[in-house]
Amino acid sequence: MNDVAVDTAPLRRQKRNRVWLQASCIAVSLFMLIPIYLISLAALSTRESLNEFPLSLLPSNVSFETLNGFLGSTGIFGALGNSLIVGLGTLLLSALIGVPAGYALARFAFPGKEPYQLFLLFTRALPIVVLSVPLARLFLTVDIYDTTYGVILLHTALALPTTILISASVFLSVPIDVEEAARVFGCSPYGAFMKVVMPMALPGIAAASIFTFVMSWNEVLGASILTLDHRTLPAQVLTSLADSPLAYRFAGGFALVIPSIIFIALMRRYLTNMWGSTIR
Amino acid sequence: MSVQTTAVPTGTTVRPRQRRVPPAVWLIGPSVIFMTLLLGWPVVEGILQAFQNDQGFTLDFVVRMVQDPYFWPAVRNTLLLIVVMIPLQFAFAIGMALLLRTNPRLHKAHFFVWAIPLALSDLAAGLVWLAIFNDRGYLNSALAWLGLQGNSWLAYDNQTTMFMCVLIAELWRATSLVLVIVVAGLQGIPKDYDEAAQVFGATFWQRLRHVTLPLLKPSLQVALILRTILAFQTFAVAQALTGQNFPLVVGETYRWYTGLQNPNVAAALALVILVVSMLTSIFYLRALRDKSQGGKR
Repeated sequence: MNDVAVDTAPLRRQKRNRVWLQASCIAVSLFMLIPIYLISLAALSTRESLNEFPLSLLPSNVSFETLNGFLGSTGIFGALGNSLIVGLGTLLLSALIGVPAGYALARFAFPGKEPYQLFLLFTRALPIVVLSVPLARLFLTVDIYDTTYGVILLHTALALPTTILISASVFLSVPIDVEEAARVFGCSPYGAFMKVVMPMALPGIAAASIFTFVMSWNEVLGASILTLDHRTLPAQVLTSLADSPLAYRFAGGFALVIPSIIFIALMRRYLTNMWGSTIR
Repeated sequence: MSVQTTAVPTGTTVRPRQRRVPPAVWLIGPSVIFMTLLLGWPVVEGILQAFQNDQGFTLDFVVRMVQDPYFWPAVRNTLLLIVVMIPLQFAFAIGMALLLRTNPRLHKAHFFVWAIPLALSDLAAGLVWLAIFNDRGYLNSALAWLGLQGNSWLAYDNQTTMFMCVLIAELWRATSLVLVIVVAGLQGIPKDYDEAAQVFGATFWQRLRHVTLPLLKPSLQVALILRTILAFQTFAVAQALTGQNFPLVVGETYRWYTGLQNPNVAAALALVILVVSMLTSIFYLRALRDKSQGGKR
């Protein structure tokens, strides 16, 4: 290609590539958004318009009738609060226990590392159905059955392996040299960790924490078995869904979708920060 | 301060003085204790439940589980779902992460939208897609507007379309989890490597194959194990979409536990999930780790 004085082909190819990239991004976004748009449409329609057959794909007669019926049903707002408490409690507890363990996994060679990793995977693979029932019996005896604390404990136990594994892989991606450099310049192991490693690992740890919260937020079976009056939102929805018409289910689905969008929107600054700040 | 500590960080080659508990034990200890208490005990209890009745050891529950007409379809569906879904999901997630890395216009907004399903419960996802796939739902409406004949996608005699529906709903819901792990992993990779390869004339696929993917291995490993294990536990999506018509192993566990009130058979089913997930994890750990360590082949 050196003999061609001005070759515009690569430029044009690059331009065409940009267009394709944009188009694929938009396509993926549409795939993600359209279902959310449709469930909102379903939840904001009247019952009559839901019974028509070709359903209108555009908002025609918006009404809060279905949604009000859903929100008015008992226990929904309390359940929302419980979900928040349980999610935040789980996040804090699992970060407190999980991040140090992840660090150890990434940095130290210690006897029993392999069994420990297998142990983590083993615990992650446990189906919640099996765990919750013996746990419910245990919680009854120590008198934390039907409390948010009990659910926090279960959710932390479920989320811990994930937190540990993700934070381990995050710490692995922080080069060991910088830590050693800090040590050479006189940092204590703790100081080196807090001042050098932690700032670099924080985006990844945040991802792990977000995931922890989300896992707790979405977990249904354990929460509904371990509680009666202090249900989390999904558990509350699940139990009231069993004998409900389609319109009610759509309202329930919508009600579950909205907090997730708000949640991601709140975390967005963090997600995008983590996106913008390349580790290095 | 003092320089004497510098002997320690080299780790395995230099023996540290052994007068106290190694730090790793302090860091890992709490998690071990916590999980043993909250998970270990219920598991032992669950295993006992699967193999014990009032008289003692028995295989009755396992036999009942295997003889149930829903059992083998459930196993088949679960495996089929995983075999089809995981590769698709990873291809999508890696593709999406790479798309974002090229900094397209509005990439922040795109990332936000792609991350939304991350916070969705599988119950919500199932209900969302139920609004689309049910007989009088939006898909059939859209087809009707186009003058096409609809289809009962979720009818029990349409195993194929039912499978497609569950697959699409699961892809929609769970790909963002892989995406976020891959994005976090990509951030840990300095762009220099990729740029260096580019300078030396490597094509996109060569760079992906020989630079990006190997460096992503730790993240991919975590994501793979997680997704596979979670896929074995797929439950609420299928439950919300098809009810009993598309049996999956966890759905069967739930049915035996709540509907048929037989915790013993439920425990046996749960053990099946447990054993299969374990075997898969060990397989992934071996397959992915062996090559990534010890440098170039």
